[in-house]
Amino acid sequence: MSGALLEVEGLTAGYGAAPVLHDVDLTVRPGEIVAVLGANGAGKTTLLRALSGLIKPSRGRVALSGNDLAGTRVEHLVRRGIAHVPEGRGVVTELTVDENLRLGGLWQRDRADARKALDEVYELFPPLAQRRSSAGHQLSGGERQMLALGRALVGRPRLLLLDEPSLGLAPKVTGQIMALLRDLRDRTGLAVLLVEQNVRSALSIADEGVVLSLGRVVTRDKAAALRDDTDLRHAYLGF
Amino acid sequence: MGQFIYLTFDGLSRGLVYAAFALALVLIWRAARIVNFAQGAMAVAAVYVAWSVTNATGSYWLGFVVALLTGLVLGVVVERVVMRFVDHSSPLNGVVVALGLVLVLQGTLGIVYGNEYQPVRTPFSRDAFEVGGVALLSRYDLFVFAAVGAVVVALTMLFTRTNVGLRMRAAAFAPDVSRLLGVSVGGMLTLGWALAAAVGSLAGMLVVPTELGVHPTAMDVVFVSAFTAAVVGGLDSPIGAVVGGLVVGLLLSYISGYVDVTVAPMAVLALLVVVLLGRPGGLFSSSKARVA
Repeated sequence: MSGALLEVEGLTAGYGAAPVLHDVDLTVRPGEIVAVLGANGAGKTTLLRALSGLIKPSRGRVALSGNDLAGTRVEHLVRRGIAHVPEGRGVVTELTVDENLRLGGLWQRDRADARKALDEVYELFPPLAQRRSSAGHQLSGGERQMLALGRALVGRPRLLLLDEPSLGLAPKVTGQIMALLRDLRDRTGLAVLLVEQNVRSALSIADEGVVLSLGRVVTRDKAAALRDDTDLRHAYLGF
Repeated sequence: MGQFIYLTFDGLSRGLVYAAFALALVLIWRAARIVNFAQGAMAVAAVYVAWSVTNATGSYWLGFVVALLTGLVLGVVVERVVMRFVDHSSPLNGVVVALGLVLVLQGTLGIVYGNEYQPVRTPFSRDAFEVGGVALLSRYDLFVFAAVGAVVVALTMLFTRTNVGLRMRAAAFAPDVSRLLGVSVGGMLTLGWALAAAVGSLAGMLVVPTELGVHPTAMDVVFVSAFTAAVVGGLDSPIGAVVGGLVVGLLLSYISGYVDVTVAPMAVLALLVVVLLGRPGGLFSSSKARVA
């Protein structure tokens, strides 16, 4: 598809012999938020891990701006503009807030720009600026989510793969994070592939939604249409 | 009182060597979760190479530099050629492979250099200065203090002040997350092994001349003391390794001086047992349980 940032075709992946994902097709355009929805075990996290290369797909094609990502090492993806914030937030709890954030920009050759990106993240998340020297394990759940998001943004990604950002957070904090994602998309053209169990929150900011069930795409549609489809919500999304 | 002061300085000097060796063990433990039982044999290999270079050129310092470089190369080779291919699903696998490496290295060194002790000279006198009739410490002790001190400062700066150090720590604590952030985790692991082996070689260069000389098994007893030091400090803690090294050095020195030199190795093992029973994570461990 022309103009697509991320194109996924026929992706099959899993752990060991049995695939978790079967023939998944997906497209994310620049500046678009696509929510990946589905019950526990539907394959949402596996999808993100396969996209970033943490597990090797057994079949299918993943391309970024038309360039095939097959054979790209995980540690080189960030240079291509993909940031993956894993489930459980991935904050390195033994490191300080500042060290975690610096880690997000270490791959950049332009040190001045990396420094600037770091300052921008501190402006975006004032609570982090107040806790620069605190170790990751001293942060609250919400602060850790801010840190993980902020660390991804330090690398100035074009595509954010975000796994369950609302997990374990109070509804108010979840709301703040969703609003921030929408704001980032509007301001910077960031594209987001958002894996969420909190379907209402995800659909409130997403442009499109993809529903996974047992590793297959059962529906993809505009977010508003998914919100209004009572049968689909009952069958796959549990509300 | 004079004897106490002498034994204290002697213990600190020995302890710093154990500290350096324990630091090498801690570096690899933090990076790879392996207790590198081959560290002693690797260090002896580096000392043998240095011994050859010094004998051929007459320069102790050229041999010294070559020993550190040999350590670096040996660390890279052991990680890239051997340890990278070990199945790390069980912590025992790495230990067994390391023990196998000890046999291979010691056997090879025995074939190449023979199984007799070869005297190794020190760059400075080991005669202790006397102040008011009390023997304190020698020029060589001062060299040990300076060398280990420089290593501790350099490693501290590396890990706390540089981007490479930040990458190494992140890769050790959270490999998958680090890869997603662009860190070459494999490269950091290799660097960790290289640095550890170089520090181990330094410890070998410092301690071998003070014992019977160089021999394929010359570091075996030192390894036991350094391993105890690392466990006393908590295998995860570089500061713990230094403190543990000093504790073991002082214990060995006092027991040798006041009780009997033959009892000293048993005292080290007793300390190991007491620490493992009373505080298995070590004195400086975090609250997290160790996995092995």
